[in-house]
Amino acid sequence: MTIPMEYGLWLAAILFCIGLAGVLVRRDVIFMLMSVEVMLNAAGLAFIVGGAARGSADGQVMFIFILAMAAAEVSVGLALIIQLYQTFKTLDADSAGGLNG
Amino acid sequence: MNILFYLAAGIAIITTLRMITGTNAVHSLLYLIVSLLSVSVIFFLSGAPFIAALEVIIYAGAIMVLFVFVIMMLNTGRDGVRKEHELLKASTWVGPGITSAILFGEMLYMLLTPSFHPMNRPGIPPAAVGALLFSRYILIVELAAFLLAAGIIGAYHLGRIEKRSHHRYLKKEEAAL
Repeated sequence: MTIPMEYGLWLAAILFCIGLAGVLVRRDVIFMLMSVEVMLNAAGLAFIVGGAARGSADGQVMFIFILAMAAAEVSVGLALIIQLYQTFKTLDADSAGGLNG
Repeated sequence: MNILFYLAAGIAIITTLRMITGTNAVHSLLYLIVSLLSVSVIFFLSGAPFIAALEVIIYAGAIMVLFVFVIMMLNTGRDGVRKEHELLKASTWVGPGITSAILFGEMLYMLLTPSFHPMNRPGIPPAAVGALLFSRYILIVELAAFLLAAGIIGAYHLGRIEKRSHHRYLKKEEAAL
């Protein structure tokens, strides 16, 4: 007996939207990176629930790839945050607006 | 069965909302860890115990520790010590503490109920995942290895902190070294 697929997918959609709202609303770079993590995790949840409903292992394989991607993304993102803080002495994402050009 | 799912889903939504609305980075990080733990409970309920363990070990363990390191690096000095004292107050950890205690209760219940024990549950065994990973998806595994190597090199390159000398003469001398 497993959970119904619809409820799992609804939960994934809600978590993804919360993460998206976090990325759009917050201006602190660390909070934006954490919200991106929530979005990636919600996508993984959708893969797992869908794979469980179909009874195939492909969803779990995809989650492992998402995990590897998230690890690489976080390490590079945190290094960029350190550089941003060293350069501008703030974590405000808008402070890097002068980078264009 | 269903009440476990609803409880974990409710905790996930509430802690994620607290995460994006918080102002202190460490408080938000604690809520994010509880959110990941509750999603791990949902993985376990969907018949993926291996992925649930990976979520706790890699996401809530390794990746979140990276965040903690960087947050600790960014506020050092006397201000940082005062912040550390503030973090030891009960108001910091009581929210994440209660929610993770509920998740712990769920875990105990699942371990003590024979029909919920991982050995007795239907689901996809980790062996099937491994077999699929190294047969049909072998190319993507290698690409993921490339990605991780690029991530390591990129993080090393970007994370270096250059020494800045404000004197022009010293700068020329350092460049010569």
